[in-house]
Amino acid sequence: MKVRLIEGRCQGHQMCAIAAPEIFGSDEIGNATVLIAGDIPADLEAKARRAEGNCPERAIEIVG
Amino acid sequence: MKQDTEYDIFDQNFIWNPFPAFDSVRESECPIAHSDKWGGSWMPTRYEDIVAIAQEHDVFTSREIIVVPPPPGQLEGPYGGVKAPPITSDPPDHHWHRRAILPVFSPQSVATYEQDMRDFCNGLIDGFIDKGRADAAADYAQRIPVNVIARMLGVPVEMSDTFTEWVRGALEVGLTNPELRRANRLKIIEFFIGQVNERKENPRENDLITDLLALQVDGQPAPLEYVIGVCNLMLVAGIDTTWSAIGSSLWHLAGHPDHRRQLRDNPDLWSTAIEEFLRAYAPVTMARIVDRDTEFQGCPMKAGDRVLMTFPAANRDPRQFDRPDEVILDRQNNRHVAFGAGIHRCAGSNLARLELKVALQTWMERIPDFSLVDPGSVTWAGGQVRGPRQCLVSF
Repeated sequence: MKVRLIEGRCQGHQMCAIAAPEIFGSDEIGNATVLIAGDIPADLEAKARRAEGNCPERAIEIVG
Repeated sequence: MKQDTEYDIFDQNFIWNPFPAFDSVRESECPIAHSDKWGGSWMPTRYEDIVAIAQEHDVFTSREIIVVPPPPGQLEGPYGGVKAPPITSDPPDHHWHRRAILPVFSPQSVATYEQDMRDFCNGLIDGFIDKGRADAAADYAQRIPVNVIARMLGVPVEMSDTFTEWVRGALEVGLTNPELRRANRLKIIEFFIGQVNERKENPRENDLITDLLALQVDGQPAPLEYVIGVCNLMLVAGIDTTWSAIGSSLWHLAGHPDHRRQLRDNPDLWSTAIEEFLRAYAPVTMARIVDRDTEFQGCPMKAGDRVLMTFPAANRDPRQFDRPDEVILDRQNNRHVAFGAGIHRCAGSNLARLELKVALQTWMERIPDFSLVDPGSVTWAGGQVRGPRQCLVSF
């Protein structure tokens, strides 16, 4: 499983970073950054799904 | 289709509990109601519609964002051009209006205020804990955001009660009293003009107003109206809103010993619980102005019409949330829009969320058990911002 931000959608709600702080962070204006570019470790997959399920902009895509 | 329900956003029953009215519109033939009251407005109630309107910012503009029209003459009067950027801005200016202040409100930036917030909350509780009762709204919730915002703006915290009075005059009581609204808006603007002039004489280090005055836009200093407008926004949008969210959450916890126990036994619940309080008790309703005649979901909207961004209704839509009227502290999927959506997502959301977390955690550490003295005596404000204004609890 990988996570990806869909270009142009993030508005900086930061709800992904609250749900999965190991996977998502913040840039200097508060928009999401992905901290794990490669495969998400198995024990964080549930958190990745929760981050996706908490984004009001539907800006997160889960691949694989 | 046009459904005239003649809802009244300032009706006491609606303010007390708007959710049955939202439900009845949402589940009717036309989930977008219309009323001629208070200058007229449309009221969408479905999550999907409210998010769509927020995203279509070229049709649904932010030239006015208050739920009732401005007092007559405001735009022509002195300081008529002072608004509240970036929330009152549309593209293309919206971009720089917002970009300039976002770093101040990033999670990293607001975290530097956390310890001071905790100390301040503890100090408030020290003042009433031995009495065995307190007004959770007026003695606690109301006092926290104004203190934080005053320190962020570098203005005297000793003026907190005055700022609160101005904001209530401009945004709460003033919405049904145009003269009061006009007078308090002018007080806020004139205060910040004084602050700006003082900073021009004596620039400060690490000071938001000094930094805003130094901001360059296309090789020119940012317009004074922008600097005053940002200060106006921070005061008006930063105080009433977060205070209401803290107050509603404490009101909820006062009536739910099971939820207090769950939070005490399992502190990991806090991160989802905060989002759930924001969802269930979203305080803020904004407005948009229709730019050109358009049909939205069958509703014939005319240029200049006002549309209410009823985020509290969106957050209770059963199409989006299972068991929407229940507070579920560990709700897993929670795409709530308490802070709006799209390009106008509340710029201060990270700060507000931190204040809510610190205020609730500190209260629960010091006062783990408390209950409403008389549920019927709790008073609520509403219209633009909904939350308890008097909420007596004993402990």
